[in-house]
Amino acid sequence: MSGRGQRMRAVMRKEWGQIRRDPSTFGIAGLLPLLLLFLFGYAVSLDTAATRTALVMQDRGGAAQRLAGAFAASPSFRIEPAASVRDARDALVAGRLRAIIVIPQDFSRLAARGQPAAVQLITDGSVPNTAAFADGHARGLVRQWAADEARERGMAHVPPLRIVPHYMYNATLKSRYFLVPGAIAIVMAMIGSMLTALVVAREWERATMEALLATRLSVAEMIVAKVTPYFLLGLGSMTLCVVVAVAIYDLPLRGSLLALIGLAATFLFATLGQGLLISAAAKSQFVSTQYALLSGFLPSLLLSGFLFEISSMPTAIQWLTWLVPARYLIPPLESLFLAGNIWGLILPSMAALTAFGIFFFWRAIKSTQASIE
Amino acid sequence: MNDAIVSVTALAKRYPGGAQALDGISFAVAPGETLGLVGPDGAGKSTLLKLLAGIGRADSGAIVIAPAVRQALAYMPQSAGLYDDLSVAENLALYADLRGGASAAARAAVLAAAGLAPFTERLAGQLSGGMRQKLGLACTLVTKPQLVLLDEPSVGVDPVSRAELWALARMLAGKGTAIIWATSNLDEAERFDRLLLLHEGRMIADGAPSALAGAMAGRVWRLALAGTRARRVLAAALAAPDVIDATVQGASVRVVLAADAPLPLAGALAQINAQSITAAPPRLEDAFIAALGGARLGPSLLTEAYRDIAVNDAPMIVAEGLTRNFGNFTAVDRVNLSVRRGEIFGLLGPNGAGKTTCFRMLCGLINPTSGTARVAGLDMEQDRAAAHQQLGYMAQRFSLYATLTTAQNLNFFAGAYGLSGAARARAVALAMATFALDQVADSNAGELLPGLRQRLSLACAIMHQPPVLFLDEPTSGVDPLTRREFWSHINAMAERGVTIFVTTHFMDEAEYCDRIALVYHGRMIASGAPDVLKADVAARLGRPVASLEAAFFALLDQEQMAA
Repeated sequence: MSGRGQRMRAVMRKEWGQIRRDPSTFGIAGLLPLLLLFLFGYAVSLDTAATRTALVMQDRGGAAQRLAGAFAASPSFRIEPAASVRDARDALVAGRLRAIIVIPQDFSRLAARGQPAAVQLITDGSVPNTAAFADGHARGLVRQWAADEARERGMAHVPPLRIVPHYMYNATLKSRYFLVPGAIAIVMAMIGSMLTALVVAREWERATMEALLATRLSVAEMIVAKVTPYFLLGLGSMTLCVVVAVAIYDLPLRGSLLALIGLAATFLFATLGQGLLISAAAKSQFVSTQYALLSGFLPSLLLSGFLFEISSMPTAIQWLTWLVPARYLIPPLESLFLAGNIWGLILPSMAALTAFGIFFFWRAIKSTQASIE
Repeated sequence: MNDAIVSVTALAKRYPGGAQALDGISFAVAPGETLGLVGPDGAGKSTLLKLLAGIGRADSGAIVIAPAVRQALAYMPQSAGLYDDLSVAENLALYADLRGGASAAARAAVLAAAGLAPFTERLAGQLSGGMRQKLGLACTLVTKPQLVLLDEPSVGVDPVSRAELWALARMLAGKGTAIIWATSNLDEAERFDRLLLLHEGRMIADGAPSALAGAMAGRVWRLALAGTRARRVLAAALAAPDVIDATVQGASVRVVLAADAPLPLAGALAQINAQSITAAPPRLEDAFIAALGGARLGPSLLTEAYRDIAVNDAPMIVAEGLTRNFGNFTAVDRVNLSVRRGEIFGLLGPNGAGKTTCFRMLCGLINPTSGTARVAGLDMEQDRAAAHQQLGYMAQRFSLYATLTTAQNLNFFAGAYGLSGAARARAVALAMATFALDQVADSNAGELLPGLRQRLSLACAIMHQPPVLFLDEPTSGVDPLTRREFWSHINAMAERGVTIFVTTHFMDEAEYCDRIALVYHGRMIASGAPDVLKADVAARLGRPVASLEAAFFALLDQEQMAA
């Protein structure tokens, strides 16, 4: 009947009017994702900074000179020549340097013969991230250099390099690929529940709920109509996140846009429902914001597999992770960015998220109906 | 009644863990009838209206509303249900659409009637209190409902705006529309076709206002007194066995006798030695008090227990050229006043006239832009801390700790005013006894009934027995019995020499004051003893003035004419 459409449109218009005049809603939907994505991204951008490194050359042979040149040319290192390991070590201890590279005496001779050669890297263990980055970069650089040497000198094979067991792969790119989709999931889990956590509680707090429900509007009509503008706003936030991921963090987007929208929509359905339920149960804006943060942000951060690998958690906690919506978003989101449409991963996740959403909305409607009894 | 559009039978509801909200309510409403639902806060008015509006479920009993009427029913909750962050037009459109729609012409017409046509784009949150309520009425009535349920539409609104709200509701509601209007204010109850008096969930009277008041004819007398004995006579009258109610009316005392009291006045009343005793017209409140069994109050314990405030010729509260600007707006404009020791001084005025700002400057909550405020000889700007020790302050809104118990609140405020050890224990025990708070000593303050909360607020404000007391709308929303009791305490303190400064909307409260001042547009336009003020206005108008309220309206009219 047309009455229902008229009522629901009236509530949507009202909600949009309130959103339009409340800068904090745009803050949550627009600024918060940017802020959080840049915060998470900051850890990533750290590793592109040049490490201040001393270079001690105990060998003046051709190969050693070429290797030194490669280090000096690398954007990952800012090389300062040092006369001896001892001098350089003092600077390292004082914190003026973060790493020391030593090219040992017989490096050129061994390299020319194609025998295993070693370069020593000394790093500052008290700044483990930087140390690990320097380690990773140095290994990549030496291996690249060795391959170039072999090609240029017409060697049949790459000179063998001694590889230390805790080899760090290309930290920069890998971590970013891994971090950004996870960060998007966290951001969306948080804003999804925060956007709606306020809206029902606000009606209770300002005593407008009873005025609404005394009209012909039903609880279900009210809740669906109220959420619609926030759903669109949430999709806007998601778009913003994807644009940031692709344009600023250089992530490839290998899956289809349609799959991404479908996944985002089901995820928003679940998290907006979660916020609604909190809001309907708490009836106070302050309390529900706290709950939204606690139940939206923390579990998503800790139990979604974003920071801690789920397979290494105790079994009981692993079971618990199945209750965290973000857990269903991160793997398909990663695959959409990095691999493509893996439907076997995407569809079950969407089904699970839809189930979450239906449950949350149903409880929110029941809870609101119960509180007006 | 066969043509009733609503009939309610033996309705009862109890909130989980709470008192009985409604207990055996039965009544019927005819088309076009205006029904006043009158009772103090917590009487069950809101619960009844919500049940009628279809919100919530009763424990037992039945509500039958004709289906066509249910389709065209409109309910306005206490806050008016408005969205402060939406404009006037948006609020109206929302409620029109939610109730089945209204044409643009109909919407424009109600806005014009409410005087809101020039403000359609203004946010509801930026409207004044009276305008906001008018918008609430417009939103409720725009769809031409057949039954209108209004929950205290006039709460916190001054008498002028109250009259306007009623006129607007009558105009917007069509001829056949029934209105149920809840109010805690008996002053406005005379306008309705019929009244239901509610008290603690029970219906204590049902009838036309004139019939309810008329039943009290012959039982109401006015004792005119020489000099300023009214307060002492009041205490004696209330203690007399034949009297069910007594109030101060300027220099007179108005008494309501028990139904079987012998005439002429006998016993204690005969000994009062009044200059004259005349029959007074009965009022609705008399019927209410009679239905409640009478206000039989013993003397306030404070009569004996409050310390004597030393006699002092210097005025206790002084304002000189008191002015406060908010930006370009002058809220209070060069107010001068001086209140003697032991005097009860009342500040009256419509909403937004500057009453509250003036009050807040006098008790040092905000600083004046210019001019000075002194309390007990101390400048409120320079010696604020010392002055605060000399005054008690009771805010209009409940400002105790809702999650602390009654006893904990009393102990906290005693401590905050510097009492400790045995002195604190004595003060707390006195407060418990004076205000009958013993039974609720371990209940959280937030869960007390409104009347008890108000008593606790007053008890906390006077823990240190200050020589000066500031009360901001002390009895709005409380039942008439609690109001009587409140004033018996205030009178007792005044007798001990405490200087009391009150703001109020209620004319019967103003009558208790030794002197009142009327504020309008930030200026004090009149002041004096209530009787003197009435006589002045009558002299200026050249006709008698029936009540203080009439005098108040006449003075405001004059000001508006001049402006």
